[in-house]
Amino acid sequence: MEKFIAIKGLVVPLDRANVDTDAIIPKQFLKSIKRSGFGQHLFDEWRYLDHGEPGMDASKRQLNADFILNKPRYQGSQVLLARANFGCGSSREHAPWSLQDYGFRVIIAPSFADIFYNNCFKIGLLPVVLDAAIVEQLFGEVGALEGYQLAVDLESQTITSAKGEVFSFDVDAFRKHSLLNGLDEIGLTLRHSDKIKRYEESRRIAQPWLFT
Amino acid sequence: METLYDKLWQQHVVHTESDDSDSMALLYIDRHLVHEVTSPQAFESLKMAGRKPWRVDSILAVADHNVPTTDRSQGITDPVSRLQVDTLDQNCDEFGITEFKMNDQRQGIVHVIGPEQGATLPGMTVVCGDSHTSTHGALACLAFGIGTSEVEHVLATQCLMMKKAKSLQILVDGTLGLGVTAKDVALAIIGKIGTAGGTGYAIEFAGSAIRGLSMEGRMTLCNMAIEAGARAGLIAVDDVTIEYIKDRPLAPKGAHWDRAVTYWRSLKSDFDVIFDQVVTLPAVEIKPQVTWGTSPEMVTAIDGTVPDPAQIDDAGKRHDIERALAYMGLSANMPINKIYLDKVFIGSCTNSRIEDLRAAADVIKGKQVAATIKLAIVVPGSGLVKVQAEQEGLDKIFQTAGFEWREPGCSMCLAMNDDRLASGERCASTSNRNFEGRQGPGGRTHLVSPAMAAAAAIAGHFVDVRNL
Repeated sequence: MEKFIAIKGLVVPLDRANVDTDAIIPKQFLKSIKRSGFGQHLFDEWRYLDHGEPGMDASKRQLNADFILNKPRYQGSQVLLARANFGCGSSREHAPWSLQDYGFRVIIAPSFADIFYNNCFKIGLLPVVLDAAIVEQLFGEVGALEGYQLAVDLESQTITSAKGEVFSFDVDAFRKHSLLNGLDEIGLTLRHSDKIKRYEESRRIAQPWLFT
Repeated sequence: METLYDKLWQQHVVHTESDDSDSMALLYIDRHLVHEVTSPQAFESLKMAGRKPWRVDSILAVADHNVPTTDRSQGITDPVSRLQVDTLDQNCDEFGITEFKMNDQRQGIVHVIGPEQGATLPGMTVVCGDSHTSTHGALACLAFGIGTSEVEHVLATQCLMMKKAKSLQILVDGTLGLGVTAKDVALAIIGKIGTAGGTGYAIEFAGSAIRGLSMEGRMTLCNMAIEAGARAGLIAVDDVTIEYIKDRPLAPKGAHWDRAVTYWRSLKSDFDVIFDQVVTLPAVEIKPQVTWGTSPEMVTAIDGTVPDPAQIDDAGKRHDIERALAYMGLSANMPINKIYLDKVFIGSCTNSRIEDLRAAADVIKGKQVAATIKLAIVVPGSGLVKVQAEQEGLDKIFQTAGFEWREPGCSMCLAMNDDRLASGERCASTSNRNFEGRQGPGGRTHLVSPAMAAAAAIAGHFVDVRNL
């Protein structure tokens, strides 16, 4: 998994609640058996005027100039500022893959859907929950200042605004440790192999019908 | 005092990261369901790391999203879809994983075949790289959707690192009115608490109206727990659960059956346990539901109207409604029963079980699909559901009325195969998501119960099934 320690990056505001995983990455792109290449299809139906299919050359497609990600001032953004319940819908990890592949490292929202939130940590994309009032304030600041950046520091669990204001955020200790060190979670779990085997044996005795 | 969720959680903890009750725990996974869309990258990474599945007999695989619902004798024509299904076949063959291949009669939607086979049982932890895994909670197992990294994690370790959710009890007491189904209960709940209302919670559905539901109805309800934001939905074990499981192919037999039933009967929340949150919804208040927008929470009763954004004070909500109405091609204050449809889809992991097909067939028997409906299809949830429906003569009822009778799969719920809406087309759908583009780019989805979809197919527009 990709490490995450700290970044300072350009912010793009996506002013829309309940952004679902079908919008983040439409179903036709889920047919891929690869883990990469999803960034060009991130928000495909909003980002392009033509209909996207797998294998299309993105450079030849017609961009929707009104969509926020296509505005020149937001090119190269690493921080996505979003609204409540971001990532609702399916469990497709293709959604965080496409955000990461596009170049995002952090997503800030007042709330996230559970599975999406969880999936982000597995690949080194940092979802940050901030109070709705703070998110509202940041939307105002981003819109008002071209080139607006936020500094995100996982170690200190803080976000520092362009004005120098500091906001703290919560993150689970285990997830933080894994992210800071880019740890292989499967490797971590396999350190408990003996415990898993002992559990499995006791379960086999207590509920043998689960092992047939 | 423990909730059903507490009991299921506690039973499966292998290890905790610290003594803090809020700390991550390593949970043992009893059943791993696998489909073709979210597994190829997991198998690839597993192999690249030189690892193998920890317990092959815990896995049941099936291709459901990409499979055609028309004639399958020529295989899958779309090469990209075909490769994904072939990849699942190869991975399962390589590791000796049980898979119901496309032409196996037991093939079907993963959330239909799990309970149907007895592969999901009370007391289990059940995962699948699919958010509608919550369906299986109807059998009092802890079932939830996971991402591809977690699919790999479960393959490699039989465990998942998890954070415990809070508990939400949704109480539906009383008797549902005639023509009001589990789907209407699910949509009414989502209308009440919103699509994020259950975020961070495991929902337990309880109350006399829930106990009065069949297993099929309970699966419909738990299926849509994720649409209320909850990763898991749960319903306690009772006689209905036990009766449903008995004699399923993978259900315990003989002495094991008796032992299992004794244990399963303990799978309910303790009397007087305090939930973190409780929501009540009297059954008598629930009417047949129809969604009008682009989120399942944008829903109203059949005798209602499309909302008027001008009447909404909150600017954000007003903006969301305006955007949804523009996408859906609807105007404010329009009566729901004046919404005319182009297509009707009866199917999906929400509503493709035998009871769903019977309910739809009941409504259309002896009638004809309206001339204005371009396509009406029934996609059974599994090959076995299809066979049973055919034995009951339901296929003839559907076909005589003008419905197409298809092969099992996810089909037009998410349109990964050829079944989809064209831009601007409007569909009455028994599926679970009405997101923009869900059933095809530009397609407009109205979520309803099977009986309501059937009634709409006959009338050409939404009608109140209670008046038929």
